[in-house]
Amino acid sequence: MYLNDNITAYKTILIKEILRFSRIWLQTIIPPAITMGLYFIIFGQLIGSQLSNIDGYTYMDYIVPGLIIMSIITNSYSNVVSSFYGSKFHHHIEELLVSPIANITIIAGYISGGIARGLTVGIIVTLVSLFFTQISIASYITAFVVAILTATLFSLAGLINAIFANSFDDISIVPTFILTPLTYLGGVFYSIEMLPEFWRNISLFNPVLYMVNGFRMGMLGVSDASLATAIMIIIGFIVLLTSICLWLLNSGIGIKK
Amino acid sequence: MPIIMNALEIKNLKKTYKNGFEALKGIDLNVKQGDFFALLGPNGAGKSTIIGIVCSLINKTSGQVSIQGYNLQKSPRGAKQNLGIVPQEFNFNVFEPVEEILVNQAGYYGVSRPEAFKRAEVHLKQLDLWDKRREMARDLSGGMKRRLMIARALMHNPQILILDEPTAGVDIEIRRSMWTFLQEINKQGTTIILTTHYLEEAEQLCKNIAIINQGSIIKNCAMAELLSELDSECMVLNLQEPLDTAPILADYSSYLIDNTTLEVEIKKGEGINTFFELLSQKKIKVLSMRNKSNRLEQLFLRMVKK
Repeated sequence: MYLNDNITAYKTILIKEILRFSRIWLQTIIPPAITMGLYFIIFGQLIGSQLSNIDGYTYMDYIVPGLIIMSIITNSYSNVVSSFYGSKFHHHIEELLVSPIANITIIAGYISGGIARGLTVGIIVTLVSLFFTQISIASYITAFVVAILTATLFSLAGLINAIFANSFDDISIVPTFILTPLTYLGGVFYSIEMLPEFWRNISLFNPVLYMVNGFRMGMLGVSDASLATAIMIIIGFIVLLTSICLWLLNSGIGIKK
Repeated sequence: MPIIMNALEIKNLKKTYKNGFEALKGIDLNVKQGDFFALLGPNGAGKSTIIGIVCSLINKTSGQVSIQGYNLQKSPRGAKQNLGIVPQEFNFNVFEPVEEILVNQAGYYGVSRPEAFKRAEVHLKQLDLWDKRREMARDLSGGMKRRLMIARALMHNPQILILDEPTAGVDIEIRRSMWTFLQEINKQGTTIILTTHYLEEAEQLCKNIAIINQGSIIKNCAMAELLSELDSECMVLNLQEPLDTAPILADYSSYLIDNTTLEVEIKKGEGINTFFELLSQKKIKVLSMRNKSNRLEQLFLRMVKK
């Protein structure tokens, strides 16, 4: 019975989250599609046509996986951080806190909402990319698994940010100063083989590099890092961040007085 | 399922905030099954802290809370399943439609979606919000928002309902209809704990009362017992003819508010007949008479000023 109640509660949060971002699709779904469309035009077609192939692919083909995973990262993160912080700001987080729902269910519900938005935007960006190039996917399973794991990881990061945030400024600091630099320097637009050895070695400490290259491996079959390493790193971070989220909710830090 | 003696049991509950403020100094409080219980106190007395702890929104410093026999710390699921809360501040998502707010709330308690829609219809109709079910919550009036919070709190059929100033800011008509509604659900067996600043509301609705001041319970008894402590009542008389000075009426102390309004203190046991005889002797004609203030209010002010 307890499990059934939590499954119902999980479904409730998930439906609520999907309805939330669907209701405001002009803010949540369309802008990333337009932004990525501009990336395809400017970097892929205008600048990319002047560049040589990378790993046997045109520059446009090479950046498509990176841009798709970048949109998944930013949207899964921003969905959870804005929704959870909004519920704190408007106090409707209290609806969850007074209910008998388990904290792990709250985490699962919000994270699934983040994954849903991340994948929705990812699919739309993929469709937009079809206007510019022909995509041949090397391994659907690899691409799908890496996309899901990446969305999970960044949804968890968004949840932690939201728990600690005390103002709307706080929820934009991490994306601006950490997420965006890590993503741009994570091999979305280039292969780390093109970097000097020092920067190449530094890049290996960037976790986003493994997500971008794991997804690129799934789509194009080429990567700067091994797939096994990428998946292990992503899962390792997921376990770590889930534990942190659970500890934060159990202790009430950031959400209870 | 534990043997249930009281709907709510609070033992030696203490709360000290990070800034060192001691909000609760060891509260003991029992609320019986089916009671309509008033928890009163001035602003900052600790009412909201007690409610916050019982609802798991505030972490206690020490002590125990049991809801329907379930220890809140050891069996939170059982305790929370039996509790409904109508908070002081609006705390629903104002960007969600009314019906969705109710259905989601039921879902958090494990109520399936089809069942939740049925319950939402019942409660929205009971609280006169059915026509507003598709509207965004932000578009509701203040009174409607209050009623929405009551409907939401009832979605999982709780055994105990805590209402933290449920009628604050609503007009008298809606307040009266909410009183009737709350009395009905109390008759059906729901234990109700009410905090309010409208003391006539507590006097009218509640069977038992606790008064909290500066983090301690200073009175906890039946409402009738508390009201029997009142040793005098203050009456306001509207006079037919104006007076220049307040009349001397034997042991009754009187005070002229204006030349046609007389305030008189009548002590318990003095009776009102003698008083009217005295007025007749002085040829003072009374057009109407009313109680100056709520009786509970007099007691309350006396207690918290001690």
